[in-house]
Amino acid sequence: MTELESVEEFRDRARRWLKDNLPAATGRYSGPENDDVWDRSRQLQRILFDGGFAGICYPKEYGGQGLTTAHQRAFTEESFEYEMPLVFNIPTLSICAPTILDLGTEDQKHKHLTGVLRGDQLLVQFLSEPRGGSDLAGLTTRADRDGDEWVLNGSKIWSSGAYAADYGICLARTNWDAPKHEGLTLFLVPVHAPGVTIQRIKQVTGSTEFCQEFFDDVRLPADSVLGEVNGGWAAASRLLFHERSAMGGTSPYMSGSRPRLSVDLSELVELARSVGRLDDPSVREDIGEARAMFRVRDQLVARVSRQLASGELPPPASSIVRLFSAENAQFQIDKAIRIAGASAATAAPDGTGRQLGIDYLFRNSWSLAGGSAEMSRNVISERLLGMPREFAADRGVPFNQVKHGR
Amino acid sequence: MTFELTADQRLFQSTTREFLADTMSITAVRAAGETEAGFDRGWWRRAVELGWTAMLVPEQWGGGSVSGRPLTELSLVAEELGRSCAPGPLITTSAVLAGLAAGGERFAEVTGEVVAGERIAVWAVYEPGHGLEFPVGATVPDIGTRLTADGDGYRLSGLKDRVEAAGQADLFLVTATGPDGPVQVLVPADAAGVTVTPTWTLDLVRRTGEVRFEEVAVPADAVVHTGAAAAAALEAEIQVAAILTAAETVGATDRAFDATVGWMFDRYTFGRPLASYQALKHRMADNKTWLEASRATAAAAAETHDDDPTGAAEVVSVAKSYVSAKAPVIVQDCVQIHGGIGVTWEHDLHLYLRRVTLGRALYGTPEEHRRRITDLITAA
Ligand SMILES: Cc1cc2nc3c(=O)[nH]c(=O)nc-3n(C[C@H](O)[C@H](O)[C@H](O)COP(=O)(O)OP(=O)(O)OC[C@H]3O[C@@H](n4cnc5c(N)ncnc54)[C@H](O)[C@@H]3O)c2cc1C
Repeated sequence: MTELESVEEFRDRARRWLKDNLPAATGRYSGPENDDVWDRSRQLQRILFDGGFAGICYPKEYGGQGLTTAHQRAFTEESFEYEMPLVFNIPTLSICAPTILDLGTEDQKHKHLTGVLRGDQLLVQFLSEPRGGSDLAGLTTRADRDGDEWVLNGSKIWSSGAYAADYGICLARTNWDAPKHEGLTLFLVPVHAPGVTIQRIKQVTGSTEFCQEFFDDVRLPADSVLGEVNGGWAAASRLLFHERSAMGGTSPYMSGSRPRLSVDLSELVELARSVGRLDDPSVREDIGEARAMFRVRDQLVARVSRQLASGELPPPASSIVRLFSAENAQFQIDKAIRIAGASAATAAPDGTGRQLGIDYLFRNSWSLAGGSAEMSRNVISERLLGMPREFAADRGVPFNQVKHGR
Repeated sequence: MTFELTADQRLFQSTTREFLADTMSITAVRAAGETEAGFDRGWWRRAVELGWTAMLVPEQWGGGSVSGRPLTELSLVAEELGRSCAPGPLITTSAVLAGLAAGGERFAEVTGEVVAGERIAVWAVYEPGHGLEFPVGATVPDIGTRLTADGDGYRLSGLKDRVEAAGQADLFLVTATGPDGPVQVLVPADAAGVTVTPTWTLDLVRRTGEVRFEEVAVPADAVVHTGAAAAAALEAEIQVAAILTAAETVGATDRAFDATVGWMFDRYTFGRPLASYQALKHRMADNKTWLEASRATAAAAAETHDDDPTGAAEVVSVAKSYVSAKAPVIVQDCVQIHGGIGVTWEHDLHLYLRRVTLGRALYGTPEEHRRRITDLITAA
């Protein structure tokens, strides 16, 4: 085996390369605000790929760099000041691609991972359905076998960025006679295949990133199956593990994104100053507490990541960071609202203050997206503390006999 | 904080745990609570033989840590003390030792005596009506206690409160305003003009007192630090006290949490265990998350301090503010989940609640440390 480049050498090389190849970042990134973001990100991802900085923790044979999380962290730190293809992070790089890495065939890995790392493919998640997201295994989108092909029918919802993506990782029911967890299969569905209709949904922020998809006799070739036929729950569990890691901040596959999910500290200090309250002791307490929460979050993420890696903690422990991150994100927004006073709901003519109120409206997305905080609490209490599982009326019952809604 | 410890550190941890299990069962703690002092000096001498007081002291003075990570290792002791609600002036003595160790060769002898448990030296920093006065640059605001020149030496006057183990102390390390700014002086408890009055303290075994200094004669060689060095020493002492208080609080909270999870499996209502109710499961999931966050931040503070004490101020305040704010919330919830038995004297839960409440109050409340974090970041 060849020696890995040391993290410090890598960092120096990355610093020089970034300076020569990427433009400076403009403003805070808070999701894809317009449709141009996607094309721009594809270009940027391609620049990273050509420069040898795409997929730092992905294996070389699929186009990655085969380096460690320490290298990734160094690169991320160096890249803060530059425009980065941040829309690739969630879910493409940190959730979907790692699932393909875990479960895919060689062909799937070459096609999709290399495609992603080159900036040619964006992947999204087709999990939630109009009739429920928390009870993921209770889904009713179906895939029926027809010769060598599968025929997909049903609808998925709340899929972020689907309109701009290439493939959706889709969980569908393939056996209705088995209990719910046993009749599922994970598929790679081309987002723009014949029979797929995408509708965009407007969020409270005004963004139209959310989508609903309708599948009408969408034909999928046999090699669209990711993992085993009817083994979709185990496959989805891998995906959900990567999702929790991404939402909690322990994923090694994110690149260039600041380790924070919402308002950052300098913004709170600035905010307090702009409303003339920086000298108010209670405001100073709020700012200090907000800063402490961020740092505790980073410390928790670092510690739990190490303990997950060493096996000292079992995989469900990733729910701890997921829950804490949701709490922190909401906490930061709530602090900002307190500090802002009336400016949280009224804006100056130049628009200052507008973003904060909108952040507040979208506050609970942090405890819904990526599985709700309540589901994380179930995981922690049941799988870490060993407490009895919640009663489920559908346990062990063939799915076609399960009651769905009123 | 049992993460990535070396074999030697694990051994040290288990020796400490066994010693406490043998000598300070909860029954023994309750019995110690009935005594005036709250702990026995003979017990303390035996305890420090395990190395509890050696960590912050240079090797040539009889000190030394297990593997060169003094705060990480001292935190192990503090965590065990919290887990057993044990008495002992570990935190206050450690703060003093941090100050003395920076005071140079002149204090080697007295330091050795404190390390050996022959003398008990405690930290007198608080003054009535004031919180913890954090150093600002080279000065310390509002030290009412005065040190004035008198012939070849000085005289000390003032009142200190919240002095841990005041009644058991042989020596006080006192912060005061001297002729040239802040000073720290070492004053024997039996010096003329020193009066100790015990004060009420919530914890059963950890006592505090008020110490009055009335025109106490202080020889010149009892001045440990002056000016900028005194401010720096105070900063170091505060950090040590805050790190250890956080670690101790994590230990106490951990025990209360574990006991509560156990209880939730034993206690049945409506034909099923408490552990099966989602309303309670979810609260314990939150508590677990906050407890792990507390562990992470307390360990990070100790680790950062071991790596580079000069850059640790913010992380220490982060840990102390977070841990001491969350711990009482977690332990109170444990009380609630226990039901009526949780508020009885008979049940041990209140011992942990006492300990974490004291930990919240001493060495910087969460509010004080939060303001300090903002001071640190807006000054930069
Ligand atoms: C910003 C954002 C982006 C998203 N992106 C995607 C995406 O890209 N792809 C995708 O597939 N999905 C996505 N989602 C959907 C998300 O995964 C779901 O919203 C989430 O899983 C919750 O499902 P639901 O909305 O159907 O709520 P429901 O399942 O109807 O739940 C409603 C409420 O009841 C609670 N609840 C439900 N069951 C229980 C129980 N057993 N115990 C206690 N409480 C319970 C839930 O926590 C929630 O508070 C996104 C959501 C958001 C907000």
